[in-house]
Amino acid sequence: MATIDVGIQERAAQSSSSGRNVNDFSIQVATVNGSGSQSANSVLLRSIFQMGVPVSGKNLFPSNIAGLPTWYTIRACKHGYIARKKEIDFLVAMNPETAQEDVMHLLPGAVCVYDEPLNLSGLRQDVTFYPVPYDKLVGPVCPEAKLRKLVKNMIYVGVVDWILSIDLNETEKAVTKQFGKKKKAAELNIAAVRAGFDYARATFTKQDPYFIEAMNENQGKIIIDGNAAAAMGCMFAGVTVVTWYPITPSTSLIESLTEYLKEYRIGPDGKATFAVVQAEDELAAIGMVLGAGWAGARSMTSTSGPGISLMGEFVGLGYYAELPGVIFDVQRVGPSTGLPTRTAQGDILACAFLSHGDTKHIMLLPSSVKECFTMAIEAFDLAEKFQTPVFVMSDLDLGMNNWASDTFPYPEKPINRGKVLSAEDLQRLGGFARYKDVDGDGIPYRTLPGTNHPAAAYFTRGSGHNEKAQYSERADDYVHNMERLAKKFETARKAVPPAVLEIDNKSRVGVIAYGTSHWAVSESSDQLAHDYGVRIDYLRLRAYPFGPEVHEFIRNHDRVYVVEQNRDGQMHELLKLDVSPEQVTKLRRVLHFNGLPIDARSVTDEIISQEGK
Amino acid sequence: MSATPSTPATPAPKTNVAGLTVLDYRGGKSTLCAGCGHNAISERIIDAAFEMGVQPEQLVKLSGIGCSSKSPAYFVNRAHGFNAVHGRMPSVATGVALANHKVMLLGVSGDGDTASIGVGQFVHLMRRNLPLIYIIEDNGVYGLTKGQFSATADLGSKLKTGVINDLPPIDTCALAIQLGATFVARSFSGDKRQLLTLLKAAIAHKGTVMIDVISPCVTFNDHEGSTKSYKYLKDHDEPVQEVGFVPSFESIDIDYDPGTTATVAMHDGSSLRLRKLDRDYDATDKVNALKTMAESHASGEVLTGVLYVNTKAPSFIDLLNVADQPLGQLPESMVRPPKSVLDECMAELQ
Repeated sequence: MATIDVGIQERAAQSSSSGRNVNDFSIQVATVNGSGSQSANSVLLRSIFQMGVPVSGKNLFPSNIAGLPTWYTIRACKHGYIARKKEIDFLVAMNPETAQEDVMHLLPGAVCVYDEPLNLSGLRQDVTFYPVPYDKLVGPVCPEAKLRKLVKNMIYVGVVDWILSIDLNETEKAVTKQFGKKKKAAELNIAAVRAGFDYARATFTKQDPYFIEAMNENQGKIIIDGNAAAAMGCMFAGVTVVTWYPITPSTSLIESLTEYLKEYRIGPDGKATFAVVQAEDELAAIGMVLGAGWAGARSMTSTSGPGISLMGEFVGLGYYAELPGVIFDVQRVGPSTGLPTRTAQGDILACAFLSHGDTKHIMLLPSSVKECFTMAIEAFDLAEKFQTPVFVMSDLDLGMNNWASDTFPYPEKPINRGKVLSAEDLQRLGGFARYKDVDGDGIPYRTLPGTNHPAAAYFTRGSGHNEKAQYSERADDYVHNMERLAKKFETARKAVPPAVLEIDNKSRVGVIAYGTSHWAVSESSDQLAHDYGVRIDYLRLRAYPFGPEVHEFIRNHDRVYVVEQNRDGQMHELLKLDVSPEQVTKLRRVLHFNGLPIDARSVTDEIISQEGK
Repeated sequence: MSATPSTPATPAPKTNVAGLTVLDYRGGKSTLCAGCGHNAISERIIDAAFEMGVQPEQLVKLSGIGCSSKSPAYFVNRAHGFNAVHGRMPSVATGVALANHKVMLLGVSGDGDTASIGVGQFVHLMRRNLPLIYIIEDNGVYGLTKGQFSATADLGSKLKTGVINDLPPIDTCALAIQLGATFVARSFSGDKRQLLTLLKAAIAHKGTVMIDVISPCVTFNDHEGSTKSYKYLKDHDEPVQEVGFVPSFESIDIDYDPGTTATVAMHDGSSLRLRKLDRDYDATDKVNALKTMAESHASGEVLTGVLYVNTKAPSFIDLLNVADQPLGQLPESMVRPPKSVLDECMAELQ
């Protein structure tokens, strides 16, 4: 998405409040949780999307069903930057509790559309205010009193449409799409949009510089959240057993998946080609995944940090007993209550080494909704190929927010079920040794329960077994097995998705990032070049274990900034463990961990500060 | 083969309906203590699987952690086995059943593995009525860690060290009945006949079978003052009925008096025969079962036999409405929708 060729002068013009600002600003809607603003915000986002303007939306919400403040930020950006933008240019203030503070945080030249009784106009001289009497407007369009709280939100969509010149037809299309088969609801909401639009047109004079103008950047694109994209990937991966325990922000992944499976994975006989089981906790969810994987299913679960902690013991067994399974970790901030609805990349080290004893695990690192889809498919193949638990490290920002994307590619390769011996194979071979490295890649052969051959069976247990899966506490058996497991992990280095050199300026300064930090780094790279003349090379990690390309990138740079969304530089630590001692000193940290999605300016400022400029 | 009349006649080993001999069901050598009740249970499992003609490759053995959970290595080597983590065998078993509902699941657990660390998974397993046989080898004590009380130890029971248990026991059978298991029994490892009959009936049942087998620990809990000792069980074992079983493949029927013997038709066509003893116990009456068990706690009797049976309840697999072919064996054509489906999904999101 990074577009390096944007002129500096053009940017300067946009940041000035006197000129027109077309398609390069952010809108924030401040509301109360549970007031039904989500539909209105989606419609606003979709209207801009349909006008062909690159756009992203982020929901910054509390852990609460109703009553606490929530913000939705929409960023329209003709340059294609879709990371969160720190500064708010256009505020829709609907929440009395936060309105004053929200206004005080605006930059000079910003706009505020507010609920008239809040009486905010006097707060700032350098902000353009548009008061809207929602209560007066909502009555005529919505006779049913109890729906008014919800419908009020659609009125601000109409107001914003008029102020920003958003095509009303596009908004109406977006409403129709949003409400799907609920025709009456769509009509009611379209009426509300029009009421807002008409009121604004009749009442206001355009006084601010912000405009949305049609572009052609979204041809053929879709809008989807990462959890739904991952769910779709799981369906096309051929998942058969899904077990889970509800936890924000991963719940919607399973809910989407269940919908997809019910729609597309019922056979002609009316029977399901899948099972979805809501387990009693995450301990049971992962136990079921591993039991099912052992018995031949493509099995998965989806969770977040607290669930990962609970799964620790079982995942270790999965590593030692060599059981396939896919675990989605939609990362969020820390344990218990607090910030469970805020984003983070805080489980990297926990997942890399989850469990006791010597364990290490394959992790895939999607940065986009498209990769949520493709990596879901890759994860199942890797889990069965390597006979081990595989993590897909998403996060709340990616999983729960809507992202524009190119359409997803249909999987090119057939499903890879790994080294599984059938009864016919056993007949030919005369038997097998479950944990023997036959092919020199550390990956042994397995049989599935129910295989009709007297030599098919073996006994599965934890660390204490020999090549034939017999119970053993012999030192040499243990060491031999551990070394083979390490070799298997080395094999994985070249089988996982390789890191991508996203920006190549032949610079001595390197940046490494992964997951959703990618979007901020892409934008930051342009900021660094344009504002400071600092050119960077940027490598985006897509998996652990790291491939040789990661080592090469670090070797070829004098300084390498590792950008991530946690306090302790977890990927930085993981890289330090992997590279040679003389390379370690090149690695530096750029960290962002306030619960909000990382923004480009924070990255730029930190790199510049460390560069001493 | 030509006739060789000079060869002395050695009787051919007895074969079962699957054409297998009892040797085809043997396991590895037990590493448990001599006299351990668990070894007797392993022997009954072998006998039951043999007599019922279970295809060894179609059996899956599962366990958690503890002395009990080592025992699946000591029977039916031709069956896949899975030694899970402590208290979490039920979830692994559930996963196996989801992947392949055609195999027969046999889980072996202990009283610590079930009633303490594993009680969460145990109760949820029971309420799902997953088709599986769940055996608790119950000795009221932790063996591998050398003799601590478990949660099934009776109030007032004494440890070797003289420590008296002052907390009430968890009655795993009462729990199982209340939560939805559809075949619940208690037995004693020393009662060969009853245990074997129960296991054969268990193999014929579709749904969760929960059998709590009191299995004395000769090393840590077989002394005077223990309520899980051989002697205590011999004195307090109180069968609620005499259990008989006629497998589906045995056409010969034996006479029985319908006035004193209740017949339960099992899923596979076998018959479970419950002959009345001193009390009039109706094993299909859940409320009566729980009431009788509560009374036995006060009297100190250890009620054994079929405590509850329900052959009508749908199993978890029925509820999931899954394909007939095991989910783990479905071909790509059945689990990866065609490109047209992806195109449709994409169009909806545009």
